[in-house]
Amino acid sequence: MPDHHYEPERAIAGTGMGGTMDLGVDEAETLEKRPEGPDGTGPQERPRSLWSDAWRDLRRNPVFIVSALIILFLVFISLWPSAIASGSPLACDLSKAQQGSRSGHPFGFDGQGCDVYTRTVYGARTSVAVGVLATLGVAVLGSVLGALAGFFGGFWDSVLSRITDVFFAIPVVLGGLVLLSVITSNTIWPVIGFIVLLGWPQISRIARGAVITAKQNDYVQAARALGASNSRLVLRHIAPNAVAPVIVVATIALGTYIALEATLSYLGVGLKPPSVSWGIDISAASPYIRNAPHALLWPSGALAITVLAFIMLGDAVRDALDPKLR
Amino acid sequence: MRGATHARWAACAMAVALAATACGGGDGGSGDAGAVLSASWGDPQNPLEPANTNEVQGGKVLDMIFRGLKRYHPETGEAQDMLAEKIETSDSQNFTITVKDGWTFSNGEKVTAQSFVDAWNYGASLRNNQRNSYFFGYIQGYDEVHPEEGEQTADTLSGLKVTGERTFTVALTQKFSTFPDTLGYNAFAPLPRAFFDDHDAWVKKPVGNGPYLVDSYTRGSQMSLRTWDDYPGPDKAQNGGVDLKVYTDNNTAYTDLLAGNLDLVDDVPAAQLRNVRDDLGDRYLNTPAGIIQTLAFPFYDEDWNKAGSEKVRTGLSMAIDRKQITDTIFQKTRTPATDWTSPVLGEDGGFQDGLCGKACEYDPDGAKKLIEEGGGLPGGKVTITFNADTGSHREWVNAVCNSINNALDNERACTANPVGTFADFRNEITDRKMPGPFRAGWQMDYPLIQNFLQPLYYTDASSNDGKWSNQEFDDLVDRANQETDTAKAIGLFQQAEEVVRDNMAAIPLWYQNGSAGWSERLSDVKLNPFSVPVYDQIKVS
Amino acid sequence: MGRYVVRRLLQMIPVFVGATLLIFLMVNVMGDPIAGLCGERQCDPATAARLEREFGLDEPVWQQYLTYMGNVFTGDFGTAFNGQEVTELMSTAFPVTIRLTLIAILFEIVIGVALGVVTGLRRGRPVDTGVLLITLVVISVPTFVTGLLLQLLLGVKWGWIRPSVSSEATFDELVLPGLVLASVSLAYVTRLTRTSIAENRRSDYVRTAVAKGLPRHRVVVRHLLRNSLIPVVTFIGADIGFLMGGAIVTERIFNIHGVGYQLYQGILRQNTQTVVGFVTVLVLVFLVANLVVDLLYAVLDPRIRYA
Repeated sequence: MPDHHYEPERAIAGTGMGGTMDLGVDEAETLEKRPEGPDGTGPQERPRSLWSDAWRDLRRNPVFIVSALIILFLVFISLWPSAIASGSPLACDLSKAQQGSRSGHPFGFDGQGCDVYTRTVYGARTSVAVGVLATLGVAVLGSVLGALAGFFGGFWDSVLSRITDVFFAIPVVLGGLVLLSVITSNTIWPVIGFIVLLGWPQISRIARGAVITAKQNDYVQAARALGASNSRLVLRHIAPNAVAPVIVVATIALGTYIALEATLSYLGVGLKPPSVSWGIDISAASPYIRNAPHALLWPSGALAITVLAFIMLGDAVRDALDPKLR
Repeated sequence: MRGATHARWAACAMAVALAATACGGGDGGSGDAGAVLSASWGDPQNPLEPANTNEVQGGKVLDMIFRGLKRYHPETGEAQDMLAEKIETSDSQNFTITVKDGWTFSNGEKVTAQSFVDAWNYGASLRNNQRNSYFFGYIQGYDEVHPEEGEQTADTLSGLKVTGERTFTVALTQKFSTFPDTLGYNAFAPLPRAFFDDHDAWVKKPVGNGPYLVDSYTRGSQMSLRTWDDYPGPDKAQNGGVDLKVYTDNNTAYTDLLAGNLDLVDDVPAAQLRNVRDDLGDRYLNTPAGIIQTLAFPFYDEDWNKAGSEKVRTGLSMAIDRKQITDTIFQKTRTPATDWTSPVLGEDGGFQDGLCGKACEYDPDGAKKLIEEGGGLPGGKVTITFNADTGSHREWVNAVCNSINNALDNERACTANPVGTFADFRNEITDRKMPGPFRAGWQMDYPLIQNFLQPLYYTDASSNDGKWSNQEFDDLVDRANQETDTAKAIGLFQQAEEVVRDNMAAIPLWYQNGSAGWSERLSDVKLNPFSVPVYDQIKVS
Repeated sequence: MGRYVVRRLLQMIPVFVGATLLIFLMVNVMGDPIAGLCGERQCDPATAARLEREFGLDEPVWQQYLTYMGNVFTGDFGTAFNGQEVTELMSTAFPVTIRLTLIAILFEIVIGVALGVVTGLRRGRPVDTGVLLITLVVISVPTFVTGLLLQLLLGVKWGWIRPSVSSEATFDELVLPGLVLASVSLAYVTRLTRTSIAENRRSDYVRTAVAKGLPRHRVVVRHLLRNSLIPVVTFIGADIGFLMGGAIVTERIFNIHGVGYQLYQGILRQNTQTVVGFVTVLVLVFLVANLVVDLLYAVLDPRIRYA
């Protein structure tokens, strides 16, 4: 996890946006609409859309297949952890503290004598939940605000863009320390809320750029000339084409949010017991790195693989959606 | 260039591992009285004024640059005369103090009776915002210079009078037989005129009368102390000085010690305790300190303060396997507590091994039974609140919770509840918002049984965080304070402690030891009963 | 160009005010800092009230903010709880963090861009796949795990470096922390450069240059690199602010007394003055860095003209 920020996805997505609010169109130049995309005014036969093209691409991409399988597996154990771990993650016996692996306990025990394997399996649920829910929140809030700014332009664009800048200027880890240090709730919601609060500007900028690009397309102009309402324009014509870059960035961001949770836990402000999360376990095990490295390495490994899977997925989706790289 | 530097570090690390060689500095030779050692430190929270320092990091420095009327013996903790020639009283309420001749501050000013009276008046006065003002609360006139509300009506304590260059009298508001023994505390240190004349300059570079002087001070980073050659006291420093280096994380300090960048670490982190013998061999010390860790209860909360609650509290106490936790988490560097004081007091000082009895012994069945008899845990569960930013609290709170859960056969009976910052933890206590038992540590100010009981359990006392109140206890403490015969006073305090036990006002967990690890350059490293290294006795080779 | 700069500077004002107000509100939400000042005991009410007045905590938040910003414009950033002026803290902390950031940026530019160019030119080859995989691993392992592991191995087990940084924090001591701090960004710079190079390699102007018979290194350096660096410069520019403010974890692991350390201490002690003061400066750095990046755009890409 970047200990400083989690928005370099703009780099991966290739949408140069760093503070270049005045460059308008340039910001989202990468993911331009393919000529044969759904234009809403075309003939009735099924056109080869951006999406069906991308899907065909993805199915043949080994990176996509591997990462998708990992993610499916993660989702599976998040829903049914007991399918592969029989014990309880909260059952701990101090007399077994820091012991290595043995039969029935393949990953050994942590400093409290809890089974590392069971906790690693159960930790997936929390991490995936934090990642997915935070990404959903960021995507919804960011896209709505970004789309509004991009679509209406002018005064409201300026106001929203400045607000975006304000939130962008606050270092993320710092904001987490300040906001979460006073939270006493032991659910995952404060962490999610915090990520949404400081994460939305990233999506908002990309959505704004994508909407501006889409808005200038001929078919949108045509639809507008034909008297389509604003809501119809946005929902029917602009959104389908602006959503691709948002999906790409959101997928990669999901991985980094999971890692962010771990960093916050390391700093003592992340999730709290009895939540079971990789972040909690990694931070608890890190001082014992010399004596019980297994207690640190297994949850760290699980975390790294998960983050990796989401970043690779985002990468693959980006490649598939980005015609320039064909 | 960079390669060369790396090579030097490598050579240093190797040298430290193999033989005692000083690295980086020019100092060497055996038992060099001019050699300087480096030691770990934490950034003091408040300005370094004697009456404004209430935590151990600032206390370390004050202990090096100040000497008070009394000084607690580095090993026994006994209060012995230092600057005091004699302290006389006939009624345990009015004291006449004579200061020894020949003492000066390091800037040449003489230490006189006035130095003490000025310092105490400064410390007590409301307008100076001194965090430790309440130490002067027993002196007559305190309520005028430091009223609970509104403006102060006097600038000086009416109970303090200078009667000669080296004598002054102290009048207390009530009998307090052990008052002279409290005078070793930092808040009672004398102050030079320089402190009052140019206060800003003094705070930037404090001047005192102890064996060390402050050479340079970069706040938040490092303080260099050097031996004061003309120190008039008997405990002259055995080394050339101490460089105190600020560490945010005691794990890093320990790592630096291993790599040979640091000579002395006075707080070995719990996580490294398993390695300490391998890493340091004999260069490691673990001695009892006047610190006890307890769990306090929110007595303002109906759930924890109703008929039968004491059975629940006692049951919880019996559900904690203290021995296993101290053995595993703390690697035997803490001792399961069996009373509410500390072994450093000694039997004569009021420590009573086993006073807690069965209530402090691990007994899962007994615990379950008692908790049931007492009406069960409020809401079926209990949370233990602690601040997660300092110390190794997270480890032991989790362990205590697991122990309770195992004893009660309920995985969700106990939950650890970390609070992000110490300030917020204190806020929840002050605002009476604690949802259940919470961490309560007590490090003694001075080695008296009174200090382990009165501030913690007396009605509305400053550290009575659970707001426990018991008339019988209060009466016993009042009587003990007025008792002029020390042995009788201690007996009364012990009776008061039994009241604490019978009500289980707080669950005693363990006595904390002080620990220190040092490099091969050092010898004669000791910790005093306050778990602070006795810097002046350390020899550097 | 001049008009553009003026407009950008004017736009900074609301962002600056907003960001400082936001952080001011956030720190205030943290609650009353006074209770933490008296150790394990309750502050006596009279002293607590006086301390509140001294730090201006008895006024409503908006008034505190106005007073504070008024003072800031006269160069007074207030006093920390330990009696030290915040400006004094800054004067010791910022040089250290600037050194650390410089090293980190240097790593990003030198290693990141070099790896990016190599992989971009050799897309699909083993070296490309290898580097790509390594960057993914670097991105997905949390910094504190990387940092602790490197510190343990290099500092303690093998004794190659000092495991922590002294209070002087010289450049050579900051090499490893700088690398750890840069690691994730470095991985991103590599990937970014790679993508950008790969895209531009097939562009017309590169084909033209090759067709003209220009030597290969000239094509790469003059034509390909110059155009491919635009997104990289954007990224690094925006990164400066984040590196400086976000070194909290790195500075904690290596005991560096820089900005991250002061912020962490400030937050733990709920010291509004320290936190707001440092963040104010960081926000300024962030805004200026972004402006500089946009101006650099014009230099690197002649197609962009600011009006």
